Amino acid sequence: MTDASLNGADAPARRHGSLLQPDARTRRRNAAEARFRAYGLTAIGVAMAALIWLLTSVLGTGAGAFRQTVIEFPVELVEAKLDKSGNRDIEVMKKVTTIGYAGVLGAGLTQALADAGIDTAGLAAKDVTGLLSQEAAAQLRNQVLADPDLVGQTITVRALATGRVDGYYKGRVTMESAQLDSNVKPEQLALADRMRDAGLMRLAFNPGFLTMPDASDQRPEAAGLGVAILGSFYMMLVVLVLSLPIGVAASIYLEEFAPRNRLTDLIEVNISNLAAVPSIVFGILGLAIFINFAGLPQSAPIVGGLVLTLMTIPTIIISTRAALKAVPPSIRDAALGVGASKMQSVFHHVLPLAMPGILTGTIIGLAQALGETAPLLLIGMVAFVRDFPGAPPEGLFDPASALPVQVYNWTQRGDPGFVERASGAIIVLLIFLIAMNALAIFLRRKFERRW
Amino acid sequence: MGNGLLTLIVIVLAAVGFVAGRARAMQSAGGDRRRLHSLPIHYGQTVFLFTAVPALLVMAVWLLVQPIFIENNVKSLLPAEDVAQAASADLVMADVRRLAGGLDLLAARGAAPGPDADPADLRARMAGVGVALASDIRPGVLAAAERYRAMTATARLAMTIAVIVVALAGLVLSLRRVTARFRARNVSETFVLSLLIGSSLVAVLTTVGIVLSLVFETWNFFQLYPARDFFFSLTWNPQFRGGSDLGIWPLLWGTLYVSFIALLVAVPVGLMAAIYLSEYAGRRMRAVAKPLIEMLAGIPTIVYGVFALVTVGPMLRDYFAQPLGLGSGSSSVMTAGIVMGIMVIPFVSSLSDDIINAVPQSLRDGSLGMGATPSETIRLVVLPAALPGVVGAILLAASRAIGETMIVVMGAGAAAKLSLNPFEAMTTVTVKIVSQLTGDTEFASPETLVAFALGLTLFVITLGLNVLALYIVRKYREQYE
Repeated sequence: MTDASLNGADAPARRHGSLLQPDARTRRRNAAEARFRAYGLTAIGVAMAALIWLLTSVLGTGAGAFRQTVIEFPVELVEAKLDKSGNRDIEVMKKVTTIGYAGVLGAGLTQALADAGIDTAGLAAKDVTGLLSQEAAAQLRNQVLADPDLVGQTITVRALATGRVDGYYKGRVTMESAQLDSNVKPEQLALADRMRDAGLMRLAFNPGFLTMPDASDQRPEAAGLGVAILGSFYMMLVVLVLSLPIGVAASIYLEEFAPRNRLTDLIEVNISNLAAVPSIVFGILGLAIFINFAGLPQSAPIVGGLVLTLMTIPTIIISTRAALKAVPPSIRDAALGVGASKMQSVFHHVLPLAMPGILTGTIIGLAQALGETAPLLLIGMVAFVRDFPGAPPEGLFDPASALPVQVYNWTQRGDPGFVERASGAIIVLLIFLIAMNALAIFLRRKFERRW
Repeated sequence: MGNGLLTLIVIVLAAVGFVAGRARAMQSAGGDRRRLHSLPIHYGQTVFLFTAVPALLVMAVWLLVQPIFIENNVKSLLPAEDVAQAASADLVMADVRRLAGGLDLLAARGAAPGPDADPADLRARMAGVGVALASDIRPGVLAAAERYRAMTATARLAMTIAVIVVALAGLVLSLRRVTARFRARNVSETFVLSLLIGSSLVAVLTTVGIVLSLVFETWNFFQLYPARDFFFSLTWNPQFRGGSDLGIWPLLWGTLYVSFIALLVAVPVGLMAAIYLSEYAGRRMRAVAKPLIEMLAGIPTIVYGVFALVTVGPMLRDYFAQPLGLGSGSSSVMTAGIVMGIMVIPFVSSLSDDIINAVPQSLRDGSLGMGATPSETIRLVVLPAALPGVVGAILLAASRAIGETMIVVMGAGAAAKLSLNPFEAMTTVTVKIVSQLTGDTEFASPETLVAFALGLTLFVITLGLNVLALYIVRKYREQYE
């Protein structure tokens, strides 16, 4: 801009223009300015749009998992079929498999359809009972075995409908797609329509999604998050119990006691590097050290918890050190001045004052650990687990699943019903994360002190 | 006796020590606490620490060493023909462990079989308690399993005794030292300080563990598979029967290609967002937009993975790849790259934001005072001043993208290819680590061990990028502070 005035020719011409009349160059520069601002706004808009797109796509697909198609009808629990001996001996009754119960359920359904005057012409008996989930028979069997006196009575069951009918109610399956599908016939869907009109079949809230264990590949309608939530909870317990004391102790040493020497430099470099190591490398570490070397069982929450602990410690150390640094030196000086030892000044005065910051950092570290998937894949958490782990501490060694791994697991299944389940599981995961972060923000707002 | 119960016993002993230590100190001072060197609580604390900590340490070390010791001992007992038949001693050991676990279960139900039980019958009874055995139980294996159980039981008893003895010894010895003149505060504080130092060494131990496990298994891999082929071969084609081609280049190419596309998305968006937020946006907009953008970093990567698999992949396939005739699958480099780009936006924007804010205001004032527009100031003054830091931020984002696993597992595909077409499925280093280690392959085969070599490569690359980025950022910060 300075050399412009030296370039003789057009410089005098510009000098005569009014400042109130922008010349071509000014207009160009102003346009460039406006464009630049627009780029900035666009960038923020793109980031927001991506966030909204991501969330709506997941919420849109996943919301359906919380509602499930059920068929409600009375079933007579025929004694001749379910308990031939007639003396309600559990061991004898256990010999009747789910196939027997499926027969009883099917009979009940056919009867209910006839009572409601629903026309089932053109459908084989197998197709009518095919509307029921295979899980329904297993659930009825468990119900009867838990309470043998039910045999002989007529009870109203609330049976799960099969995944395809559920998909039809939720709009995932259509008449056209059913024609190409070997698992369902369009006539069955038409029957489902008539049953809806008769009030036999409806979409109901599905608490089983949060409490039931995983189900096999053919029964997406019965798959739940119970084992995964419990497994994640166990892992978080291990992470909290191990990483909070170790992380806080390490930070106290580094922040309050450590002399500046080679060793502490090494530790500091290590911590900052560990925070940036890809999570999958921690999974390799867990596989090599905890499973192959120390012989801990695969798929166990204890191993997952240990791996996540190692990943969380750097996060906790970083936030704890920041919290300790924020406590003003005058507090330490005052404690030392009235005769406290260095250790007393830290544990009696500095640490309690830093506690809100430490807790906030810990909760955020836990939230990160809760969403971590890759390392858990390597230590065998992908296994199909239907049994709930026992109570801790022994239960920590039982096989379990974890929320994010369950999401991954469901996306790998063939049945399209599992996509909805996976998205539903993500919603549960995000609710946990939001709750934890909200708690962290609340703690910070409530207890944070500015010195 | 369970480990939980044993821990509880040690803690109870230590608590008893605490009370006893305090009482003894008071007693030796004749009930006058002014005569004590330290506060009464320090005496209790000292006894507590000397009782609990050594005993629990002994227990931890014992639990770690015991399986290795027993394993080696039992392995030497295995009959040679059994090992030869199963192809590896490790496999037989797995059988032995499972069998021993089943015997324990049977014993717990009071149905322990005699030493000369019929193998077929035993197998059926094992299945009854939920232990499925692949083949009939061979006598050698059964003997080894019995031996394994016996040794485990002995070791367990020995550990219980050792831990309790150590705890009692600590209790008695430290209690005996308690007198009015004993410097309990100094002793207990030194003890606590050593615990603090020990905790801070955990981070170092983790790194050592990572490096050792990676290097050790990679070394094993290179014993089975030539290092030259791994580093220079251009094909990746693992075969379960041996004769695999395990060249790293197709994987490295996929990794770099996906990361490149991710950065192509994230750098312009992140950088411009950071510039706008730090230079133009008002306080209110900043308060809303900054946390929202940072939320992108808080969302677990599995969510991005599902997003890539369910939404972005099919969309790219239907609207771009198929109409343009570039590909027909929903997994592609483009899918993974775009989704990963969204994920790393906040990594670029947050750090750039900090760095742009750290540029001294005087530089801006000087430029604006000369008549430059704000955008000219940013482009010609602020950004050049912040350049090293921005480069550091981009390098950190790159390292994050290279190490990312779930998005590429679910979005990029599994075919190892060297291709330029971004709509084709390719695979990355992290995808192959997951797939080689989650299959049912034998652990000692090159096809499994290659995952450790891949992990080491990944570790070295990301570590290098991080160190470089931190070096650049630190060097830049020193300029202005």
